[in-house]
Amino acid sequence: MFKRLADSGKSVALTVDGRPVDCRAGDTVAAALLAAGVDRCRTTPVSGAPRGPYCLMGVCFDCLVTIDGVGSRQACLVPVREGMAVETQSGRREAGR
Amino acid sequence: MRAMSEEYDVAVVGGGLVGAATAWGLAREGCRVALLDEGDRAVRASRGNFALVWVQSKGIGLAPYSAWTVRSSNAWAGFADLLRDETGFDVCFQRPGGFHLCLSDKELETRANALKRLHNQPGAVDIKSEILDRTQLIKMLPDIGPDVVGASFSPLDGHVNSLRLFRTLHTAIAARGVRYLPSHRVEAIAQEGGTFRLATSQGEIRAGRVALAAGNANMRLAPMVGLEAPMRPERGQIVVTERLRPFLHHPTGTLRQTDEGTVMMGDSHEDSTDPSGLTLGVSAKIVERALRAFPLLAGANIVRTWSAIRVMTRDGFPIYDESESHPGAFVVCCHSGVTLAANHALTVAPMIARGALDKSLVAPFSARRFYVQATG
Ligand code: FES
Repeated sequence: MFKRLADSGKSVALTVDGRPVDCRAGDTVAAALLAAGVDRCRTTPVSGAPRGPYCLMGVCFDCLVTIDGVGSRQACLVPVREGMAVETQSGRREAGR
Repeated sequence: MRAMSEEYDVAVVGGGLVGAATAWGLAREGCRVALLDEGDRAVRASRGNFALVWVQSKGIGLAPYSAWTVRSSNAWAGFADLLRDETGFDVCFQRPGGFHLCLSDKELETRANALKRLHNQPGAVDIKSEILDRTQLIKMLPDIGPDVVGASFSPLDGHVNSLRLFRTLHTAIAARGVRYLPSHRVEAIAQEGGTFRLATSQGEIRAGRVALAAGNANMRLAPMVGLEAPMRPERGQIVVTERLRPFLHHPTGTLRQTDEGTVMMGDSHEDSTDPSGLTLGVSAKIVERALRAFPLLAGANIVRTWSAIRVMTRDGFPIYDESESHPGAFVVCCHSGVTLAANHALTVAPMIARGALDKSLVAPFSARRFYVQATG
């Protein structure tokens, strides 16, 4: 769906649900997810509807993911970092993990 | 045709949980009811409360309060069913039994003594409470942290979705023809020839009876009909997490997981009547205790905090009164608008509809108790 500009920055490696994903320094986690074709990053806590990054500017909260063990972070507001572990979320989070 | 001088059988003053429950009960009795409320910016405990239907800590120092609370707890399931039948809304009442968690031996001893005092009062009712040590407790609450030494438990304790209760009551009264009048702050009340005339910011409302259910504002209103409602408002704060999978199947006095998955933490007391402020240190203390009780909450995100002003009578017990100087004027006032909602709807409202409080049930709650020494 999305295509990178030719002169994007240096390569950064992270994992999404354990799977290695290659992205670029300066990407937000949301941009990295979309570039990798991950357009569903969570399901909602009440109806279980799928959600993916939408506004990309911190207002819609549709892009919530778990980053390095911290749940419900806004992927569009967090820059990627080498070795980052991103997990998609399913419904309500479980307390204690 | 009715005379224009008396538009309503009863004017209920206060559109919160106490007023709405009373108005609904009156409408069920066939009364024509006006419910006078302030506007959206009113200080409103009904939108800030903790939503427990709570028995185990009520009534130390006044045994009839414990009995009154048990009565409401027992009536709550039927009350919720009636509301569901009328509105289609489920207020999510559950009574799985509740805990008061203790984080030190001293706390557990204090708790055990408090329940002993409650139990040993003349006229005490059995709230079936027990003190559980850690080994017993962990079987029912497997996620407690190492600091929890024990708890008290009562099977009569429960909780509800109180915002939905508030909405449901307002839906139910509208369906029963109660006239809801927002932005009608009552400035003065006079009684003339058996009719109450309530002066409001939007004109006069006339009614045969008046029920004052305006929370802390009863302090201002009650003297207008020859009654007293001594209050001491205080501020409480609540901290709420994101929605989590169900892990806690019993409410505790200070922490509960709602039907929607959020975890509410609360129970702070501050001498303040400013509802717009939050004291960070108070929130921090609430959360610190919550994490000692349930360490697995450490990774949960906090999504909301708020403060609200508790409706609190001077001694913490309810006030139900009827006026001698202004026959037909009543005060319905308490801290526990959620817990006692079933009583207000199903027991107190019918008394007001009949025109007299049933002394066998509510005599101990007259505000006259505040003036015992003065009147000898
Ligand atoms: S995409 Fe809207 S808040 Fe992140």
